[in-house]
Amino acid sequence: MGQITLSSVTKSFGEVNVIPPLDLQINDGEFVVFVGPSGCGKSTLLRLIAGLEDISSGQIIIDGTDATHAPPAQRGLAMVFQSYALYPHMTVRKNIAFPLKMAKVPQAEQDRKVENAARILNLGSYLDRRPGQLSGGQRQRVAIGRAIVREPAAFLFDEPLSNLDAALRVTMRQEISELHQSLKTTMIYVTHDQVEAMTMADKIVVLNAGRIEQVGAPLELYTKPRNLFVAGFIGSPKMNFITGPEAQKHGCHTLGIRPEHIEVSAEGPWSGTIGLAEHLGSDTFLKVSSDLGELTVRVPGERGLHHGQTIRMGAPADKLYRFDQNGLAL
Amino acid sequence: MSTQSTRLASRLMVAPSVLLLLVWMIVPLAMTLYFSFRFYRLLSPDRTGWVGINNYTWFFRAPDFWLAMFNTLALVGGVLIITVVLGTLIALLIDQPVKGQGVLRILVIAPFFVMPPVAASIWENLFMHPQNGLFAAASKALGYDPILFLEHYPLLSVIGIVSWEWLPFATLILLTAMQSLSSEQLEAAEMDGAPAFARFRYIVLPHLTRAITVVILIQTIFLLGIFGEIYTTTQGGPGSASTTLPYMIFKQAIVAKDIGRAAAGGIIAVVLANIIAFFLMRGMGRHLDN
Repeated sequence: MGQITLSSVTKSFGEVNVIPPLDLQINDGEFVVFVGPSGCGKSTLLRLIAGLEDISSGQIIIDGTDATHAPPAQRGLAMVFQSYALYPHMTVRKNIAFPLKMAKVPQAEQDRKVENAARILNLGSYLDRRPGQLSGGQRQRVAIGRAIVREPAAFLFDEPLSNLDAALRVTMRQEISELHQSLKTTMIYVTHDQVEAMTMADKIVVLNAGRIEQVGAPLELYTKPRNLFVAGFIGSPKMNFITGPEAQKHGCHTLGIRPEHIEVSAEGPWSGTIGLAEHLGSDTFLKVSSDLGELTVRVPGERGLHHGQTIRMGAPADKLYRFDQNGLAL
Repeated sequence: MSTQSTRLASRLMVAPSVLLLLVWMIVPLAMTLYFSFRFYRLLSPDRTGWVGINNYTWFFRAPDFWLAMFNTLALVGGVLIITVVLGTLIALLIDQPVKGQGVLRILVIAPFFVMPPVAASIWENLFMHPQNGLFAAASKALGYDPILFLEHYPLLSVIGIVSWEWLPFATLILLTAMQSLSSEQLEAAEMDGAPAFARFRYIVLPHLTRAITVVILIQTIFLLGIFGEIYTTTQGGPGSASTTLPYMIFKQAIVAKDIGRAAAGGIIAVVLANIIAFFLMRGMGRHLDN
């Protein structure tokens, strides 16, 4: 079980109101990702759920029981920290066994659970080393192992991959996803990286300044962003926003076009000059100064487009996003 | 690039200071060693000569020598235990966020700035004095006779005074070590279900091992030579109850004016210090690595 309900949860540090009243429902077995720009309150929200910070008002319900004032240890949640927070003077084995030792689990069962976790995470040969002798990815696995043995109601991940290099990040991302599929436990994952959010999540919670901007499945956020913020935050490169006569022609205040939806073709209605072309092989990103303003264009493959060329572009009508004056989707 | 000539040059540059330090250390040691085998009393300066190991045997046979040895070790051990235990507790306490933290910390560190004889005088006359002392007043207020600290518990009194002087040092080192502990580790332990005492036992204390080792090593060096506090308060008495090895050497050199015997005592002290240093480094040196 791992059902978490937040109702009108708020948090303020002194005068500063970090999280205005917020409601959120996390279902059992879901992989929920909190995503947002830095300082949006996503880590604070996670720490509130963990119990490492007290909420200022509202209620947190975990599996039907009110955990608002329960100490962290009694909430049945396990957390993986950004810095891994391993205990440096203990071996990997003792690190993983620590929560069991604190729960006074019999030694034989401790050993069995540690061996089991080590097997799942491929840590078998490192059990007698200390964290200082491990690489970043291995430390990350130990931290996850320490969480797994507690058999928690939910796992909380606080930007767990941000200290790893790019290649390792992709591997660990997949490992965590596979872990979720095999354990089927609720996971709450905080990140500022939308690629992690899009690839891992069942449900993404987009946060901005402590407010929830939108909750939904990854593709739902991509295809039906509720407002300008979500539209601009989800998707890479960022969505182009156009205001002025072209937007009015489509009956809206702001017109959004994703770079991958702009087609470069001779019949296109807009024209522009390429200011910068980034050739990635699989794609080409163009920065174009056009009649509509600065546009980012993503062209699949290699089309031999270069700086200074004038091109014509267009976009299919069903791929346009329209927003009103308040930034809400129409 | 470290070529042969640059290495030679660097050695030449360092040579004067190395030589100076060597002379500084070797000459007094050699002189002490020399005098320790000589008959040399300032009261009869004409009579000189070699006496073999007589000065040493005198020391070992002196009625208060083994007591002085014990007192020296008890003083070092007692002060170490008190300063490390109390230092850890005080460091834990002043690590908590409170108003006026800066002032509080300076107050805690203040005793370290008081010179040893002054500190000892303050304790002797303002706290432990059977008539004017604060402790005596407290005892009388509770209806008891004042405790004669320096007469009945001379060694414990000296240990108390020296501990008071060294507590700030231990506290300061341990406090800085405590502040270098990552808060995420403590939070992780909290999530793992460790109550406050277990967090201290399994997370904070292991983190402090290196700092505690440093405190013990440095304090041992200084505590082996404690003299001023004893001289100011008990003068090694009553009888020889609070005489330590350094104080015994002082008595031979300055009171009995027997330089030969004092030198032998000095050499014994050097050997003792080296034995202690050897065991300390063997037992605790590994905490300093990594």
